Amino acid sequence: MDWSPEVTERNPGDSAQRPVCIVGGGVIGLAIGWRLARKGAAVEVFDLSTAGRGASWAAAGMLAPLSEVGFEDEGFLSLGRESLRLYPQFLEELKEDAGVEVRLDTQGTLIIGLDRDDAERLRRLCEFREHLGLPVKWLSGTEAREIEPLVSPRTSSAIWIPDDHQVDNRALVEALKTALRKCGGTLHENRPVEAVLNEEGRVNGVKTEEGEIGAACVVIAAGCWSKQIGGIPKELLPPVRPVKGQIITLRQDKLYSLPHVIRAPDAYLVPKGDGRIILGASEEEMGFDTTITAGAVYRLLERGWWAVPSIYDLEIQEIVAGLRPGSRDHDPIVGKTTIEGLYYATGHYRHGILLTPATAFEVSDLILEGRSSGVFAPFGPTRFLPAGESAVGW
Amino acid sequence: MDVLKIADRTFNSRLIMGSSRYPDPQTLLDSLEAGGAELITVAIRRVNLEDPDEESPLNLIDRKKYQILPNTAGCYTAKEAVLTAHLAREALGTHWIKLEVIGDEETLFPDVPELLKAAEELIHEGFVVLPYSNDDPITCRKLADMGCAAVMPLGAPIGSGMGIRNPYNLMIIRDLIDVPLIVDAGVGTASDAAVAMELGADGVLLNTAVAQAKHPVQMARAMRLAIEAGRLAYRAGRIPRRLYATASSPLEGLIGTDPND
Repeated sequence: MDWSPEVTERNPGDSAQRPVCIVGGGVIGLAIGWRLARKGAAVEVFDLSTAGRGASWAAAGMLAPLSEVGFEDEGFLSLGRESLRLYPQFLEELKEDAGVEVRLDTQGTLIIGLDRDDAERLRRLCEFREHLGLPVKWLSGTEAREIEPLVSPRTSSAIWIPDDHQVDNRALVEALKTALRKCGGTLHENRPVEAVLNEEGRVNGVKTEEGEIGAACVVIAAGCWSKQIGGIPKELLPPVRPVKGQIITLRQDKLYSLPHVIRAPDAYLVPKGDGRIILGASEEEMGFDTTITAGAVYRLLERGWWAVPSIYDLEIQEIVAGLRPGSRDHDPIVGKTTIEGLYYATGHYRHGILLTPATAFEVSDLILEGRSSGVFAPFGPTRFLPAGESAVGW
Repeated sequence: MDVLKIADRTFNSRLIMGSSRYPDPQTLLDSLEAGGAELITVAIRRVNLEDPDEESPLNLIDRKKYQILPNTAGCYTAKEAVLTAHLAREALGTHWIKLEVIGDEETLFPDVPELLKAAEELIHEGFVVLPYSNDDPITCRKLADMGCAAVMPLGAPIGSGMGIRNPYNLMIIRDLIDVPLIVDAGVGTASDAAVAMELGADGVLLNTAVAQAKHPVQMARAMRLAIEAGRLAYRAGRIPRRLYATASSPLEGLIGTDPND
């Protein structure tokens, strides 16, 4: 059988015979699976535990390319803004298929500074954004507190970023699962993929504990576990590692109303529509360790309280540690690999929720139509290969 | 050959670089390369020493090319610092330790009594101790006298980028001690590193100035050049400062213009 996904359009009759296998059922894997299933492809998504309970679940759901852009990150900025632009369409189509609405919260983001040193730091960040022509506004402490009266009276400077939004990432996970299933995709939970299978230099299946499954092509979307899949030559594995993040969920009380995302020095507060406030997050190089530690929790509570003193009486609902998939350059690894039929969609680091629509559109278009949007051009899997080895296959 | 000698090792580079706060591991690696450092310090309490993952920042640093200098950042008592040094020795197979015992989170200034206590104990156990200390000449002399392999006074608070705030103390320390003097912390930009070297420091340890620069790789190269320039200027010997001008144009032929007369 020589069915390849690119010929679906020419040979639609074959498309049901071999599925696209997606390794990893976080937001990225689920969204790619849903997009493919929506267009009629057979899809099997495998997750090593409960789908969507890794980094996708621990995340705060900020969609913040303007807040997050670093000084050498203009490629990420374009990609992030494009993905944010795609969000309304993505959520609209998700609603059609899942039957539930995941709302895009467009209230905006306030970055605050509490002392002179913070102001110097924020000024540098603001000037860089102004230089890039981004819609940001420098505010005095008083102006910041007019936008968000619950922030600390110590607030002495701020940047207002109206275009950075947020979404409920957990609602997104659940909706994607539903949509995937309703469109005919299959989700296998607690079923780790041990290896990718190949025949004559082309990926043709995956191996799990319960046996082998034939595949038209395979997408690795396994977050920080993406490097642990067998069957791929070591030098071609995506260079990702886990970056631990501890994050606290507070429960809003009646007195409390914080509509905006607040980014403070060393902490952020993200109010969710259902009464949760996400206070995050540490960033630790601890391997696969997910221990909750006194120091990180102390620091988050302290910095959160500095920024918004009225969190003092709120109930602590949950403390979790998630593992972000950090690539070697902290940019995503998305696209075709040098192995025929093998695609990567991993390494989204702090930006998985933001980059979900762009990644899902890109990878599903690549698989079904062989078409690439170009916005992922700087983020292809081959960029980590030593020079001259870009044509390496099996 | 003008090399830096610490304990039994010699280094061609006089720049010691930190490995934290970089935007991403690739930028860290490129910056180390551009800075030309041979000693790289790693905060032991901020890494998982048992992690075999070759993508962890600690494991990405090529141990054939760089010597890892573990540090005790985040320790507030002598006891913690000593235990952290033990952990580093076991995991990394090095008895070198950059000793930090911090007194306060806001200033990150050293806690001097705890520092002296930890240094004494670690030296007794055979460690090569490189203590991060205040720019206090008496503390630095005590550290040198008890057997530290170098002393590392701060130029300004860690991460502040405020430059060399008290050059006179550094000059006094230079005079008082005969082990290497490494200026640790405070460097904000290349000229700060050059100033430290011109004052007679044997090396500079820095992290934030490079890691948090807009373009870290460029700043790493700037630091490398500044340290070379500062060292050369120190050895070349600067001219005395004068209030009034002295003509640069040749005056030969005039009686009494040859300084060797």
